[in-house]
Amino acid sequence: MDNKYFYEGASGPWELVIGLEVHAQIISHSKLFSGAATTFGGEPNTQVSFVDAGMPGMLPVINEECVKQAVKTGLGLNAEINLVSVFDRKNYFYADLPSGYQISQFTRPIVGKGYLDIELEDGTVRRIGITRLHLEQDAGKSIHDQHPDKSYIDLNRAGVALMEIVSEPEIRSAEEAAAYVRKLRAIVRCLGTCDGNMDQGSMRVDVNVSVRKAGAPFGIRAEIKNVNSIKFLMQAIHYEAERQVALLEEGQEVVQETRLFDSSRGTTRPMRTKEHAHDYRYFPDPDLPPLVLEAEWVEKIKKTLPELPDAKKARFIKDYELSTYDASVLVSEMETAAYFEEALKSLDPLTPKTAKLLANWLIGEVFGALNRENKLLEVCPVSPKHLAGLITEIHKGVISGKIAKEVFSMMWETGTEAAALIKEHGLQQVSDDSAIVAVIDKILAENGPMVEEYKSGKEKLFGFFVGQVMKAMAGKANPELVNTLLKQKLEN
Amino acid sequence: MNSKNDLIRLTLAEAREGLRQKKFSSVELTQAYLEAMAHHRGMNAYILELPELALEMAKESDKRLAKGEGRALEGLPLAIKDIFCTEGVQTTAASHILEGFKPPYESTVTQKLKDAGAVFIGKANMDDSAMGSANITSYYGNVISPWKREDGKDLTPGGSSGGSAAAVAAGLAIAATGTDTGGSIRQPAAFTGTVGIKPTYGRCSRWGIIAFASSLDQAGPITRDVRDAALLLEEMAGYDPKDSTSSMYEVPSFEKVLNQGVKGLRVGIPKEYRLEGMGADIVNIWEKGAAWLKQAGAEIVDISLPHTKYSLPTYYVLAPAEASSNLARYDGVRYGLRVPGRTLDELYENTRSEGFGREVQRRVLIGTYVLSAGYYDAYYLKAQKVRTLIAQDFQLAFQKVDVILTPATPTAAFALDETPSDPVVMYLNDVLTVPVNLAGLPGMSVPAGFSKEGLPLGLQLIGPAFEESVLFRAGRVLEEAAGFTPFLERSKFHG
Amino acid sequence: MSLDQKTIKRIATLARLKLSDDRIEPMQQDLNRILHFIDQLSEVDTSQVTPMAGGSTLFMPMRKDVVTDGNCVEKVLENAPEVACNMFVVPKVVE
Repeated sequence: MDNKYFYEGASGPWELVIGLEVHAQIISHSKLFSGAATTFGGEPNTQVSFVDAGMPGMLPVINEECVKQAVKTGLGLNAEINLVSVFDRKNYFYADLPSGYQISQFTRPIVGKGYLDIELEDGTVRRIGITRLHLEQDAGKSIHDQHPDKSYIDLNRAGVALMEIVSEPEIRSAEEAAAYVRKLRAIVRCLGTCDGNMDQGSMRVDVNVSVRKAGAPFGIRAEIKNVNSIKFLMQAIHYEAERQVALLEEGQEVVQETRLFDSSRGTTRPMRTKEHAHDYRYFPDPDLPPLVLEAEWVEKIKKTLPELPDAKKARFIKDYELSTYDASVLVSEMETAAYFEEALKSLDPLTPKTAKLLANWLIGEVFGALNRENKLLEVCPVSPKHLAGLITEIHKGVISGKIAKEVFSMMWETGTEAAALIKEHGLQQVSDDSAIVAVIDKILAENGPMVEEYKSGKEKLFGFFVGQVMKAMAGKANPELVNTLLKQKLEN
Repeated sequence: MNSKNDLIRLTLAEAREGLRQKKFSSVELTQAYLEAMAHHRGMNAYILELPELALEMAKESDKRLAKGEGRALEGLPLAIKDIFCTEGVQTTAASHILEGFKPPYESTVTQKLKDAGAVFIGKANMDDSAMGSANITSYYGNVISPWKREDGKDLTPGGSSGGSAAAVAAGLAIAATGTDTGGSIRQPAAFTGTVGIKPTYGRCSRWGIIAFASSLDQAGPITRDVRDAALLLEEMAGYDPKDSTSSMYEVPSFEKVLNQGVKGLRVGIPKEYRLEGMGADIVNIWEKGAAWLKQAGAEIVDISLPHTKYSLPTYYVLAPAEASSNLARYDGVRYGLRVPGRTLDELYENTRSEGFGREVQRRVLIGTYVLSAGYYDAYYLKAQKVRTLIAQDFQLAFQKVDVILTPATPTAAFALDETPSDPVVMYLNDVLTVPVNLAGLPGMSVPAGFSKEGLPLGLQLIGPAFEESVLFRAGRVLEEAAGFTPFLERSKFHG
Repeated sequence: MSLDQKTIKRIATLARLKLSDDRIEPMQQDLNRILHFIDQLSEVDTSQVTPMAGGSTLFMPMRKDVVTDGNCVEKVLENAPEVACNMFVVPKVVE
C-alpha cells in the first residue's frame, strides 16, 4: 500500500476512509414539487408558492425536468436507473423546513449503483463506487446575523430540487476526495444538470471521515458539513484525520457525530444542536404514488447525452495523440474542452503535431494570461479561431516560437488575428539561408577569439553565437536554421 | 308566497327547480337559511356564519338565474366543513392551532362549487383536525344533534363532520360538504338521518383540504336524500393536476343513473359485519334492507371479508402515523396560533401543546411512535401489509357481488355525556366504516329506519372502486323502500 | 407493548409536544390502551404480502418545468405571526 495514504501515529500508520455525500442543485426553471422559480438571489420569499410555504392542504406535484436531470446524471455516472422509485418523508423540525418534513427518497432511490474514475497526480486512475443518487427537496435559508436574538427565514430555496450523490467509502486521501469532487463537478456541468458552483451553494459536500489500521474493520466516522470549496475540503479532511488519529492513539474513542468545518481556523468542531433529535421516521409519502419510468424514456435520454469528460479525454488521446496530462486538463472544464474543439475546427492543417501545439498554447500561454488578469476563459480576448491561426503560423514556420509570444501579446491586446499582425509588424522569420549565413559570417568574424575558444572545447559558447545572430536579426531568424547553419560553419 | 319553513324543507333538487322556475329567489332562499342558522345557534353547528358573503353570492346567482344562465348549483346555500380552505374566509379545522388563519387560496372542491354557482352560508363545525367520531373535540365546542331521545339529553351528531350533518338534518343548510377518513361523513349521516357518501379515493381533489391522513381522506357531500348527493358529488368530483393522488377517471353523470334500479345486481352481505352484541334494531334494519333490494330484483349473496376485525387496529396505526407528519407544519411560524418561546424548540412545543386538543395530541404521539426507529416494521409496515389484505378481501368479494350492504354504525347516536372516556371504546364506533377507507372504495350511508329509542339508523352501501353509480342506484331503492321520515318532517323545529 | 414515561417524553420531544407532569400519566394510560389494541395486528400472517402503496393512482403524474407559481410575497406572509424584511421571524437558532 502506498505511503501517501497513511497518517503516522505513535502506534503505526493509520489508513484514512472517506465517503462523500454531495448535494447538487438541479438546473431547472421551477422547483421539484412546486411551480415556483429557482433563480438564485431573488428577493426574500418572492419565489415561494403556498406548497413551498407548507400551508394547510397543499400538495406536491413532481417536475418532469428534475426527474430527467437525475436520470441523466445517473447515466453519466454509469449507474443503474431504477424504473420504479419511491419518495419518502424525512421528518424533523427546523425553521427552514416549513412542512416539518423533507420529501426525499430513502429505501428506493431513482438511481442505484454506479462509479466514476478519478485521476491522481501521478497519472494512476482509481475507480470510486457510487452507492446511489436520489432526489430530494432543498430547505430554505435561515439568516442569523440580522438581529441579536431572532433568526429570519427566507423560503426561496425551499423545495428546489437536489440530487444527493453518495459515494462508497472508497476514497483514501484528501487528494482523492478533491479529484472526486472535481470529476463529479465536471460531469454534472457537462451534462447541464447542475452548475457545480460550490461558492454559491449549488453544490455542497458533506464528508464522512474515519481512520483504521490497515486490514481492520471500518472505524467510527464523523460527518463534516459546511465545506464549501475544494481547498476547504482537503483542509477539513487533513484536520479531521489527525484529530481522530490523536484520539485513538490516546486510547479514546471517536464520537459518531456531525461536525462543522471552521474555515477561518481550518478546524472542525461538533455542532451545537443535540443529536438525539434525529429519528427521521422515514415513511413513503402518501401524497405521492411511486415514480414509474418507462425504459424507452430512459433510453431516449441516454441517446441524447453529450460526450462526457472521460470519453472526450480518450478521444483526444486517440485522435490527436495528446498526452494523458494534457487531455485531462482540457476536459477538466467544459469551457476549456469547448474552446479547444472550436479552435481545432480552424486549425490548418489538423494533425497530431498541430493539435499538440494548440493544446500547449491553450494550457500554457492562454491560461497564464487569463490567470494574470484574473479572467475566465469565457471572456478570453483571443478567440479559438484566432489561436488556431497563430498555431498555423508557427507550424508553417512563418514565425518562431519566441516571436509567437510577442504576436500573442498583441493579439491579446488588440483582438486582431495573427497573420495580419505578423504582416503589419514585419515579424516573419527569416528562413533564407543566404541571409542567415551572411549574418553568421559577420558574427563569427567579429568574435574571432571566442570562436577559437569554442573550437578548443568550450562548447557552451555555441549558445552565445546563436544569441548574437538572433539579436542581429532582431529575433526573426528561424532558430532551427540558425542552429544548423551555425553548426556547419563552426565545423569548418 | 312560500313561507320560510316551506323553503327550508325543499331538497336541493327541489330548490334548484324552484329557482329555475323563478318561484323564489336565491336571496330569499339564502335568507331563510340564515335566519334558521341564527335561531338555532344553540346547536353550535357552525364555527363561522357568513351572512354578508352568502347574500352577495345569492345576489350574483339571482342575476344569472334571471338571464337563464344558472349553473348546476346556482343559488343553493351550502354549509362548508371548516376543513376546506376558503379564500379570505377564516378556516380553522375546529382547531385552536389555526386560530385566525385566512387562507390566501380556495380549495379545489369549494372552487368547483363556486364555479357551479353555489352559495356558501357558513363554515361548519367539526372535530378538531377531523379527529373524532362525536364532534366533541372541537375547539369551538360540541355540536348538538337536532335529534332528541325521550330522556331529552343532548345527543352527538357524530363526527368528524358533525356540524355539516347536523346543519343538513336541521334545515340550517340545504346540503353540506364533509370529509371522511375513517367514517366522518357516513357515521354522522347515519346518526342524523341524512345521506352521506365518501367517494372512491382520488375522486375528489384533496388540494386545499386540511390534511389529516393523506391516503385515507376524501371529500364528499352530506344531503337530505340520494338524488341531492348525486347532484352535489358530480360537482365536487373531478381530476385535479395539483393533487398527485387525484384520479383521471371521468366523472359520469350520477343523476342519470339514479333510477336505474337494482335488477340483477348481486348484493353481498358480509358476515363479519354482524358484530357481537349488535343491537336487534340495527340487525333488523339490515335484514330489511336486504329484503328491499331483493324485492327490487337484486340477488342477495353471503360473502366473507375475513380481515375485517383488523381494520380498526390497522387504521389506528396508519391514520395517526400520517397525521403526525401532516400536522408537523403547525408550528407557530407562518400562520395560526403562536405561543412564544425563548428558543425555536420552545416555540414549537408551547404552540403545539396549547394549540392541539387532547385527542389530536394522543394521535400525534401514537403516530410518532409507530414510525419511530425500531418500531416502524412492527407497526407501520405491518399495518400497510394488513391493509393490502383488507383491500384484497374486497377485491375478491367484488368478483362475486356488485355492491355490499352493511349497517353504517353499530348503534344510534349516543348522548354527549355518555361519550366513552376510553379512547379505544370511542374508536370502535368506526368499525364498520373504516375498512372502506383502507380499501379506497366508495361508501354511502342511507337513512333506513329507527332505533328502539327513536333515533336514526343508517345502512351502508360499499361499491367497487369508481362505481359510485351502483351506490346511487341501490341507495335510491333503499331510500324509497325505507320511506324514512327526516328530522324536518317530524318536528316543528322551525316553529 | 407498553410505554414507560421516559419513552413517552422522548416521543413527545420528537413531536415537539410538552406534557406537563400531571398529564403524563393519563396520557400514558391512553397510549398504552391504544397500543394494546393495535397489537392485534401481530396475529395476522403477512409474510407473503407487499405493503399497500395506498390510493388509486398507480404511478406519479409529472408536470412540465414551467414557472407557474410564487411571486406572491404578501400572500405568503399575510398570516404570519411575526415578519421582518419580508422574512418569517423565529427565536434565534445557534448552530
